[in-house]
Amino acid sequence: MAKPAVDHYLAEFSALRAELPGQGLEWLDRSRRGALDAFASAGFPTPRQEDWKYTRVTPIEKRSFKFADQNGIHVRERDVERFNLGTLACEQLVFVDGRYVDALSRRNVVDGGARITTLGSAMNASSQLLESHLGRYADITGQPFSALNTAFMTDGAVIHVKNQGAGKPPIHLLFIATRKDVVAHPRILVIAEAGSQAAVVESYTSLFDGCYFTNALTEIAVMEEARVDHYKLQEESIKAFHVATLQVHQDRDSQFASHSISFGGQLVRNDINVLLNAEGAGCTLNGLFMASGRQHVDYHTRVDHAKPNGTSEEVYKGILDGRARGVFNGRVKVHPDAQKTDAHQSNKNLLLSRDAEIDTKPELEIYADDVKCSHGATVGQLDEHTLYYLRSRGIGEAQARGLLTYGFARDILDRVDLAPLRLKLTDELLERMPNAEQLREMVQ
Amino acid sequence: MLSIKNLHVRVDGKEIIRGLNLEVKAGEVHAIMGPNGSGKSTLAHVLAGRDGYEVTEGEILYEGRNLLEMPAEERAREGLFLGFQYPVEIPGVNNTYFLKAALNAGRRHRGLEELDAMDFMKLVKEKLEVLHIDDSLLQRPVNVGFSGGEKKRNEVFQMAVLEPRLAILDETDSGLDIDALKDVAHGINALRRDDRAVVLVTHYQRLLNYITPDFVHVLSDGRIVKSGGRELALEVEEEGYTQLRRKVAPA
Repeated sequence: MAKPAVDHYLAEFSALRAELPGQGLEWLDRSRRGALDAFASAGFPTPRQEDWKYTRVTPIEKRSFKFADQNGIHVRERDVERFNLGTLACEQLVFVDGRYVDALSRRNVVDGGARITTLGSAMNASSQLLESHLGRYADITGQPFSALNTAFMTDGAVIHVKNQGAGKPPIHLLFIATRKDVVAHPRILVIAEAGSQAAVVESYTSLFDGCYFTNALTEIAVMEEARVDHYKLQEESIKAFHVATLQVHQDRDSQFASHSISFGGQLVRNDINVLLNAEGAGCTLNGLFMASGRQHVDYHTRVDHAKPNGTSEEVYKGILDGRARGVFNGRVKVHPDAQKTDAHQSNKNLLLSRDAEIDTKPELEIYADDVKCSHGATVGQLDEHTLYYLRSRGIGEAQARGLLTYGFARDILDRVDLAPLRLKLTDELLERMPNAEQLREMVQ
Repeated sequence: MLSIKNLHVRVDGKEIIRGLNLEVKAGEVHAIMGPNGSGKSTLAHVLAGRDGYEVTEGEILYEGRNLLEMPAEERAREGLFLGFQYPVEIPGVNNTYFLKAALNAGRRHRGLEELDAMDFMKLVKEKLEVLHIDDSLLQRPVNVGFSGGEKKRNEVFQMAVLEPRLAILDETDSGLDIDALKDVAHGINALRRDDRAVVLVTHYQRLLNYITPDFVHVLSDGRIVKSGGRELALEVEEEGYTQLRRKVAPA
């Protein structure tokens, strides 16, 4: 079978190979080639594959996205400011069309107890840390997008957390798209050493509303008794494609939290995989997706309880309007060894129009006998009786709907510990409501 | 203020109100009593503008205007208030900003300047004291996790802040202990004024120990079968609805 879309990326790779960072590193070269082979043999996923049943990626295949060069970057500092985390002083690495831009970044602002390096410089410095950890957690077999990312990875961040970092400001990785028909493969590696703590924020945004492709991969290793809080705000252009995998590996008594908020993109796929690989590890996964028009948003989560006394708590909420489509697939696997596992999952969806659609599927596989597991999924509309109650107090119908929608989403945002980020997210949420101005007055 | 003539209402194809007449003038307090299923709550919701209630005959005039043509929110902005029998929980929506939005929607409608956060809080504090409501209630989502008594107090609190011209209270007394009942009655009495009217919909007469109505009506099978003064409530209490019904409409 001819696979022109695959061929396009193979040709791109041949053309770019000599320019990719980390030249001469044998392990890296092997890794890139292996990934390219994995991508070539898997090809783009099709709806025949269970994991891609509801999400067709043909629109991505049809376009020949180009790797961005650094010469075409024209972004001024004031274009970036509005994407800051409020007035919070924190490390901020800025990437434009996937490429790191030092002039726009803010480095060494605070001593957060973490060593932050760009991926390119870590590769060129033949970092030992990189060699031992990069690609160790994320699987590329049968994962063509992760494979593609691994073959091309050029820019991103390596965050090595060594010291106690409790209460330290987060590290902000800001990805800004400015050009159409461009593909970016952001690659992030976070290693939190034993007992350390860190918060990392990934923001994806754009300065225009054209079509481009973000293909991100983040690997996080949380060592013994360490804690990592990961936040992601996806507000790409409404025409953009966004595919991202978050792969987390947890050691004994470690804690991990993911807060994933998805507003933008025409086709969005998020894979969030957590492996609780030692006793007493716990994770919290929160998510909110909001889509309208013809947007398609797909969340696939997977939590592997491999060892005893692990906990996982998942809460995802979806708000779908227009002809938007949402997918939630939450897989929890409790391995035979993982006695005393405590795993809970919930997915609640709000459909604001007749034509909006959600496919939600919890998948619990339990191979241990002494566990507490629960899951629940709901799909509903705004409650007519509640709307009537609001209207009977003089609040107009449109405003009442907005208020209830906001109320539905709010508890996910309330779980965001970082106050400046929580405010920003609340703002972004309100911004996307039909009567933003009125609502803002009501809730602030 | 309120004039209901020959009102017939169907709900889910079933006629619940069957030829009801009622005149309420400014300054008056009316109590509408009746057994379960007599149409009390239906009447309250028809007045407030709930969807799904089909008026097949008759008319309702409010301040001389056709009430039935106004959507629920407009009725509220025009000064009509319904205290719910079962107040609705609204997760994620803070009690204070809900109430501020409601108040300002009404003020905007009447061409008044909207209250800013400071003036609003001043007003709220005054009303809280009168009703013995704990101000921690303000920061919680509307009615979420409130006890039955707190929900009813919250309804009366909303009424106190919104200062309606016509307040309809649907079984606001049900499920209240004696302290809450007194506070609720106090809140309603505080609202009484020459240019306002109150309609109390209730099953029992005990609320009327604390609020003296000008008129009492007995509702049965969708009609008012007997009207009178304060003493009618006591009669109902003594004889029960069944006895009363037999008297007025022998089978």
